[in-house]
Amino acid sequence: MSETFGDALSLLGRLDPAVLGIVWLSFKVSLTAVCIGAAIGLPLGAWVAVAEFPGRSVLAVLLNGMMGVPSVIVGVIVYLLLSRSGPFGPMGLLYSPAAMVVAQTLLVVPLVAALTRQIVEDAWREYAIELRSLRFNMRQCISTLLYDCRFSLVVALLAGLGRAMSEVGAVMIVGGNIEGFTRVMTTAIALETAKGDLSLSLALGIVLISVVLVLNGGAYTLRYWAMRRYG
Amino acid sequence: MANRFRTLTLTFTLVASLLLASTAARAEEFITLASTTSTDQSGLFGFILPKFEAQSGVKVKVVALGTGQALDTGRRGDADVVLVHDRPAEDRFVAEGWGIERRDVMYNDFVIVGPKADPAKIKGTGDAVDAFRRIAAAPVDFVSRGDKSGTNAAELRFWKEAGVDPKAFKGYKEAGSGMGPTLNMSASLNAYTLADRGTWLSFKNRQDLEILVAGDKRLFNPYGVMLVNPAKHPHVKQEAGRKFIDWITSADGQSTIAAYKISGEQLFFPDANK
Repeated sequence: MSETFGDALSLLGRLDPAVLGIVWLSFKVSLTAVCIGAAIGLPLGAWVAVAEFPGRSVLAVLLNGMMGVPSVIVGVIVYLLLSRSGPFGPMGLLYSPAAMVVAQTLLVVPLVAALTRQIVEDAWREYAIELRSLRFNMRQCISTLLYDCRFSLVVALLAGLGRAMSEVGAVMIVGGNIEGFTRVMTTAIALETAKGDLSLSLALGIVLISVVLVLNGGAYTLRYWAMRRYG
Repeated sequence: MANRFRTLTLTFTLVASLLLASTAARAEEFITLASTTSTDQSGLFGFILPKFEAQSGVKVKVVALGTGQALDTGRRGDADVVLVHDRPAEDRFVAEGWGIERRDVMYNDFVIVGPKADPAKIKGTGDAVDAFRRIAAAPVDFVSRGDKSGTNAAELRFWKEAGVDPKAFKGYKEAGSGMGPTLNMSASLNAYTLADRGTWLSFKNRQDLEILVAGDKRLFNPYGVMLVNPAKHPHVKQEAGRKFIDWITSADGQSTIAAYKISGEQLFFPDANK
């Protein structure tokens, strides 16, 4: 065990370009997925929190439930959709980074939407009378609440990023773990473990954890700085 | 306020599209090769493909799966070329019209690995079927791939020849995963398993396992390559795919395969030009 750890650390010392490429691709794919996921999930969550329509609570429960959908299931669904024999086959997206972005976006949207709904709903309870008295329409209400909750919503986005970066089931299936093209940190870890090279797996694991920590640290600092500046 | 929100949404979309564009920018000619974990994880492709890519200018994207899954990938049209090792399944694939122009490429062999102490006493028998019979009769564990791979198919053929129903054998465990994870599992259970020599040689977490039976003619493991039928899947890159098939079966490709060694041991033996 300690030997494996030692090897892992020495491997980290000489970060080779292949490993850096893998880290960069993970970063790119997951960040893209979170950006698209945020553009859909934030307004969707806020809308479910504010709007009044039959079945609203069903939708809320559905979103909460979908936070826990196994990534492999999403992988299989996206695979079937993007496969040449599937409905989106002619686009030829399977086994490409774009396919991985699609899969991760599907994982991120429910998570961001569910957390946003919770956060915005709490704020809505507080400001509903005020916003109604200003005769704000739905769109304005959603924008105002999202803007008002922006610091708390960073957590929702970070949770989304965490889910995207750490999942392996979906990207393995739709990306194919192709060297230098769709190999990301998690699939590389799975591969090295399969090859019995536990030191290299662990080294990559340390990189993955560090990247996620740095991103979280950055977001925290940004939030702290922004809160002091804008209250 | 609403404006700021719109700006934020726009920023998200912009960042996303920039990132997407940067991944899509590399437009070079490539083929998708569905192959097996044994050829990829043993390092063979990492050794031979750069040579082909430099000569032809065609990039090969390898998706490493079990043989059954690799053939399914071809059947759905998600690969251009398939390189696998399960002759009966390959012949079915061609007969059903999914693949064309099947060629022999190379072979390696399977080995039966197990704990050094060898409680089933199979070491030195040199008879694979007899070894399987002895394993089933002893109070030991056997880890099966259980994933419809070529190795799994070969293993099931051995059980059949040995007259043993593996499901009835108490120590039989189906891992449902690739060769590597199956070896990891065998190492931690100190169990027996059937492995291809290539993956075994490049496998690092052996613990107490070693090769106990090898060299039986029935352990022979041939690989074949075929093009996914363009008549079934018109998008198949047949020209680039044929270039690859022609190269890997050419004298140059064959000698490159023979040149791949791990710690001095040759892993795959070319046999395209019999």
